[in-house]
Amino acid sequence: MNPIAMKGGFTDAPVQSAQNFRALLSALSQPGTLVEMAGAEPPAPLSPAAGAAALVLFDGTTPVHLAGRLDTPDLRDWITFHTGAPLVAAEQAMFALGHWDDLQPVTRFAIGTPEYPDRAATLIVEMPDLTPDGATLRGPGIDGEATLSLPETRAFQMNRALFPLGFDTYLTAGNRIAGLPRSTLVEAV
Amino acid sequence: MYVAVKGGERAIDNAHAFLAEERRGDPSVPELSLAQIREQMALAVNRVMAEGSLYDPDLAALAIKQARGDLIEAIFLIRAYRTTLPRLGHSRPIDTGAMAAVRRVSATYKDLPGGQVLGPTFDYTHRLIDFALAAEGEAPEAPKAQPLGPVPRVTGFLDREGLIEAEPASDATPRDLTREPMELPADRALRLQALARGDEGFVLSLAYSSQRGYGRTHPFVGELRIGEVAVEMDIPELGFAVEIGEITVTECETVNQFMGSKTQPPQFTRGYGLVFGQSERKAISMSLVDRALRWEELGEENTGAPVQDAEFVLMHSDNIQATGFLEHIKLPHYVDFQSELELVRKMRREAMAGREAAE
Amino acid sequence: MGLLARADATRLAALFPDLPEHALLRGPETGAVMVRGRQGGTGAPFNLGEMSVTRCSVQLASGAVGHAHVQGRDKAHARRAAVIDALLQGDDSLRATVLKPLAEAEAARRQARAAKAGATKVEFFTMVRGED
Repeated sequence: MNPIAMKGGFTDAPVQSAQNFRALLSALSQPGTLVEMAGAEPPAPLSPAAGAAALVLFDGTTPVHLAGRLDTPDLRDWITFHTGAPLVAAEQAMFALGHWDDLQPVTRFAIGTPEYPDRAATLIVEMPDLTPDGATLRGPGIDGEATLSLPETRAFQMNRALFPLGFDTYLTAGNRIAGLPRSTLVEAV
Repeated sequence: MYVAVKGGERAIDNAHAFLAEERRGDPSVPELSLAQIREQMALAVNRVMAEGSLYDPDLAALAIKQARGDLIEAIFLIRAYRTTLPRLGHSRPIDTGAMAAVRRVSATYKDLPGGQVLGPTFDYTHRLIDFALAAEGEAPEAPKAQPLGPVPRVTGFLDREGLIEAEPASDATPRDLTREPMELPADRALRLQALARGDEGFVLSLAYSSQRGYGRTHPFVGELRIGEVAVEMDIPELGFAVEIGEITVTECETVNQFMGSKTQPPQFTRGYGLVFGQSERKAISMSLVDRALRWEELGEENTGAPVQDAEFVLMHSDNIQATGFLEHIKLPHYVDFQSELELVRKMRREAMAGREAAE
Repeated sequence: MGLLARADATRLAALFPDLPEHALLRGPETGAVMVRGRQGGTGAPFNLGEMSVTRCSVQLASGAVGHAHVQGRDKAHARRAAVIDALLQGDDSLRATVLKPLAEAEAARRQARAAKAGATKVEFFTMVRGED
């Protein structure tokens, strides 16, 4: 394993894990809000925010799919070394990391079952930029409406139609993250 | 419905202080060290590790001290602690055939290669209280002889002749009841995991019931062995497996009643027990219960015996679940009881009124 | 690595007290490893129970990386074992000063237990039957 893949983990795991977990919780419970993540330095091209999310959410029991351009030897090793998560095909993944076009078709991902809606995938989507404008969001956790720069709206509308099933989504760029749970109603401007 | 109660906090703090003082006992008596518990109460430590399902002798010793010697309470402490540990991975299956055995006996062959090795056993003690132990003193060193090497597996002899059912190796990933709720029917891997951490008394009683005829399987102890085995784990960053430690385990293999079918000539069947630490009562019990639970796959009759009922066995073998549910009934149920009280009063009134009307 | 993992932490610290400068890549952190057994001793795997393990990965100034997984919850033990693992990649002298004494002590302890077990071996005599 390349030593590069062994660097960039949390330096104070208990504290940094707790802080980043709180950030992830805020992002998902208040869709559209941009939240800062800190403490991870993953190998390029993964963003620090997606890296921190990986360190918090992944472990040996969470199969992970690395899509397209993110499926590099350094990133595979980094995730294996720091989280122990098994790397799998999209259909088996509990988490998927990738750019939006590399994740297509998103209908491949697990949406849960009526008995266990929690057995759904969470997508962590790397974005070139993340800003509080664009599509309109409404639903639980949003006071009225919010706006967020989404890669598209149609896929999220189709996902919302599956509720209470469906995947959940995080969007990341640089050290910022935003959440888009399956419960959010999305409208193009 | 629950009713909030105020004012209990100081009472609880004081109860904890009282508990701490009682735990210490008479301060003029020297305090126990963890090393003393680990070394001199080793079988209690082993039981706490086995049923706590975490191999860590120092931690088990601490739990026993904290629990004032209540082993189920100590097991509870270990179970709670282990939930705080991140799961770093799983070991390769341990190779009990390569065990550095200190005890190894067989009830089926007397002249087995490697010999019958009694080890540090209670079996031939007379169970007379040894008053000499009341006085402190060093134990003399045990005699030595030709060191015992690796000993071959007894069932291997039967296997070579095809006289016992095969136990083909596989690398299938077993289900883990600590990660996902147990679903029935449970396969044998899941049953063995539940039995390995199950209550020793419960598993013993079930095994005994099968011996007395409730689901009889005619067991012989093919082999019982106790000793140290290496634990190896694959390390992704290294790309190979390394030894991460050494644990003591007790293994029991029973040779059970034979059966045959149109396609299969008669052969013996197996029961298996494997437990952390030196714990042969538990290992033998486990192998009997394992065998009894296999009735369906071996095409045997279900006689309705408790030991054949997987749901009954697996859902009641965990002493922490059992204790939690049992002991919760001593906690406040004031509202539940109030409603029952009202109901009984009402029914009594109605019954009395009915009797008066009849008169 | 197994030798360092099994070693008594106090003994290891006595044999190699001062650690050279190193950066921590991961840990030291304590966790649990699920120990697996095999059904019937040789068959399909099942989960026997967990054991506590502390792991650590370090990098020396030279760039050498060392890893350790040690039994128990002693973080200093894991860190020392990882540093020694990294040093062993360039410095063979540690084999004589650290690994050899550990290996000898372990062999002596095992030999003593095996010898005591050997002394409890039963010698059966088969009685000759009268009619033979």
